[in-house]
Amino acid sequence: MSGGADGANGAAGDDGRPTLAVWKFASCDGCQLSLLDCEEELLMLAGAVRIAHFTEMSRASTPGPYDVSLVEGSITTEADAERVREVRAMSRRLVTIGACATAGGIQALRNFAGEGEYAGMVYAHPEYIAALETSTPISAHVEVDFELQGCPIDRHQLLEVLTATLAGRRPVIPGHSVCWQCKGRGTVCVLVAKGTACLGPVTRSGCGALCPAVGRGCFGCFGPAETANTASLAAQLRHQGMAPLELSRFFSTFNAAAPAFRDEAVAEGAPVRVALGATRRNRPWGAQ
Amino acid sequence: MRVGEAAVIDPRGLDELIRLLGDLGYETKGPVVRDGAIMPGAVRGVEDLPAGYQDEQAPGHYRLRRGEGDSLFAWAVGPGSWKAEMFSPTEELWRALVHGDDVSITEPESPVAPLAIIGARPCELAAMAVLDRVLADSAVPDPHYVARREGAFVVAAECGHPAATCFCTSMGTGPGVESGFDLALSELNDAGGHRFVLRVGTERGADVLARLSVAAATVDDLAARNQMVSRAAGAVHRQLANEGLPALLARNQEHPRWDEVAERCLACGNCTLVCPTCFCSDVRDTSDLSGEVRRGRVWASCFDLDHSYLHGGSVRTSVSSRYRQWLTHKLSTWWDQFGTSGCIGCGRCIAWCPVGIDITEEAAAIRETDGAVHAATARGVGPR
Repeated sequence: MSGGADGANGAAGDDGRPTLAVWKFASCDGCQLSLLDCEEELLMLAGAVRIAHFTEMSRASTPGPYDVSLVEGSITTEADAERVREVRAMSRRLVTIGACATAGGIQALRNFAGEGEYAGMVYAHPEYIAALETSTPISAHVEVDFELQGCPIDRHQLLEVLTATLAGRRPVIPGHSVCWQCKGRGTVCVLVAKGTACLGPVTRSGCGALCPAVGRGCFGCFGPAETANTASLAAQLRHQGMAPLELSRFFSTFNAAAPAFRDEAVAEGAPVRVALGATRRNRPWGAQ
Repeated sequence: MRVGEAAVIDPRGLDELIRLLGDLGYETKGPVVRDGAIMPGAVRGVEDLPAGYQDEQAPGHYRLRRGEGDSLFAWAVGPGSWKAEMFSPTEELWRALVHGDDVSITEPESPVAPLAIIGARPCELAAMAVLDRVLADSAVPDPHYVARREGAFVVAAECGHPAATCFCTSMGTGPGVESGFDLALSELNDAGGHRFVLRVGTERGADVLARLSVAAATVDDLAARNQMVSRAAGAVHRQLANEGLPALLARNQEHPRWDEVAERCLACGNCTLVCPTCFCSDVRDTSDLSGEVRRGRVWASCFDLDHSYLHGGSVRTSVSSRYRQWLTHKLSTWWDQFGTSGCIGCGRCIAWCPVGIDITEEAAAIRETDGAVHAATARGVGPR
């Protein structure tokens, strides 16, 4: 294996292969499963890297440091906030995967609610729950080398990020809207031709434009596209008859706390309780 | 029947023509109804064409309905254009297998069957001519485009039912057509019956027509065709004022309208993706874990941040600069580059913009307040 991942702080495995670790925070495990979902490419990947820590796959775990860490999930407890700093310290490259790790996930709905409001609804004895008031992305806590969006992530994009990382090149992960993929595959725009509410124009491509291809509007699983103009899309959806509460909920799903979606949900009437700064600590790709 | 002459055929004759082109080895494609819109698709006979369908178009709005009657071409263009057939959204250029120092490169095979396009609109022929200047007649022709374009047999269909988003009359690209086709249909559906005036544009078209038994068009047929075209021209109400437009846009780079339109613009790229002349592409190299490297070309758009990515970052970070780039290239600098306008007046960018931004309205707004600048620019601060 050549390129950028060689000999990272002596992290490469005994046989010279770079090491890969997969970490879970507050999440459903779906994004990690995308790795196992790679099926035919999985053996090639296992040949190219030594999977040193991946509890979804094996109890065996090799101590760090690691060349590449994939981090799934958001930070919802003090303990996790500490643990992600340890993961960062052990990892040469840290790639966050999925809506939880990049935007706080569906559990970030609590960021909009009163203190303990959701815990009171879900748990019989919420007094046993020791959690932070907010669910926050990994980038709010440590530097992140690359963020892969999606709920869940697309396995082809995951393989692209890993392949590019191992080859020492920039991953080819477009930041533009879902519309690119609709037009590329010849899907007729459901928003224009049917008046179906669709978040595609403000959502990052990557899923292959699955929902519009079956006549549904985009739900925004992949989070905001680069420079997403949510206010203008919201105005159009209002014009087409969507009520403010409905609009607010439309933006408040898997990526509710992603700044572009959060701000629009708030503008449409979602309660603002926690002032979440758009803290970004990512370093540019290629920076060491 | 020779070039410049006209025949008349009924729907059964059109069916025979389509099947004949198929028998001659062409892949026959034309307008079909798919997912609530007129889209390019496989057409094996007249039964695949959108009989009785009518469209309703407005900025950010499109609806297709099954109406009265059996006319086959009583609609204006949908979101798909013939560009995608000749200039594919994704094109593999080559792939290479790398094993140590051993590199073997393979290029993909060329398409097998030439294309026969049934029912291309006059504005779409104009779009093909614009793309030819860019991709075929340039110093470095695009071999993929040229291969598909040169082999393509074009049966045009003149326009009798323009949409509210159409402005071909401003651009001189419709609703009638005089060149750029092998054969051209003009659908007539009146007291004289459901029939098509079929004009011959090329020797190749004449050769195909010679294989069918057709009657020459009568003086009445030709008069009805002329009437259809002039009636359609009168039904085109949207206008783009072209006079001095390239210079007007060139001198209004700091006009405040760019920021105003950017407040609405989603930068989603739909206008460029439906535009039948937008030709920007990106070349991407990818590798996989098996040692295979691929170089591919994909459609790109000036609304994508990556499009203006130079060393260290993107140049056009604001949406207003990206919209300005699109509109000024299309209507102004295209003239400098290729000697024509980049716009053919099909109105796709108006109908398929999710928020209904109208290129004719934006150009008119700048003309109305020619010379206006940002307050900040006037003070010498600069808007961006």
